[in-house]
Amino acid sequence: MNEVARKPLGRFVPLIVFAALVAFFVIGLVWNQTHDARFVPSPLIDKPAPAFHLPRLEQPTQFVTKADLLGKPYLLNVFASWCFACGDEHPVLMAYRDKFGIPLIGYDYKDAPRDARAWLDRHGNPYHEVITDQSGDTAINFGVYGAPETYLIDAKGVIRYKHIGPLTPDVIAKDLEPKIRALEQEGT
Amino acid sequence: MKHLLAVAFVALALALSAAAFAIDPLPFQSTAQRERFQHLTGELRCMVCQDESLLSSNADFAKQLRRQIFDMMQEGKSDKQIKDWLVARYSTFILYDPPLAPTTIALWFGTPAIFMAGGIVVVVLLRRRTRPAALITEDPGDDW
Repeated sequence: MNEVARKPLGRFVPLIVFAALVAFFVIGLVWNQTHDARFVPSPLIDKPAPAFHLPRLEQPTQFVTKADLLGKPYLLNVFASWCFACGDEHPVLMAYRDKFGIPLIGYDYKDAPRDARAWLDRHGNPYHEVITDQSGDTAINFGVYGAPETYLIDAKGVIRYKHIGPLTPDVIAKDLEPKIRALEQEGT
Repeated sequence: MKHLLAVAFVALALALSAAAFAIDPLPFQSTAQRERFQHLTGELRCMVCQDESLLSSNADFAKQLRRQIFDMMQEGKSDKQIKDWLVARYSTFILYDPPLAPTTIALWFGTPAIFMAGGIVVVVLLRRRTRPAALITEDPGDDW
């Protein structure tokens, strides 16, 4: 008792510890609210995109490679006819395909080409080009683990940005558009 | 009757546990290789269903990665090479056992640090309480 009386600050120690704990919990709660644990940041950002050699959806005998797409930036949108969230994203892609200012390449992921063609016929095709990865092996090299996912790849073939989950007008305005404009600035 | 139920329960449990490892039969070269495979994939997270390991998950993603890991094993790749290959694509998040890195220092040492701080507080408090008692016993003036 005497000890505490001599050091008046001592009696506030429990309060300070309690306040620190509360702060920890509040930070944890806010973090959980603003971060979705399903969306894991890709280690491939600012790294060269993996090489690929994949057939075109419309002409499966023709192949598209990474080298074919070098020279100008493009968007690579991973989708599939079986993917529910891709249906949510689809109208957004239809609305924005010409506003991006760069090609939008569809990456049909673990899908039967016939199903993908039927899906695009029914809903409309927002893509300037569609490539197919039926086995999904190439997608592993891209770090794909769900659809939809969208990659922004620059003229040198480097992945500059990745969005996991459906693109929304909000995400496009806040994240994707500024990244595309920044690439255009670099290009000049 | 009770006995029969118990037997039926055990049989069911065995059948289910067998099913857990029979998701996709892979042609292992040896029992040792199969055990190595099960140990390794048990330490890796399925990115789609994050609370399941690649070993136990039935997701398409896990099946595919199991196949790829199996193929890499046949090529003679070490566990470390396989893990590095996965981390390069999916980040260290795919490892259930996080590596020691600047971003994981709090994770590795936070709990021991808090535990030690608590221990120090307890020791300091106990010393304060026992000191007056010690003074009394050291007092030679007592006659008992």
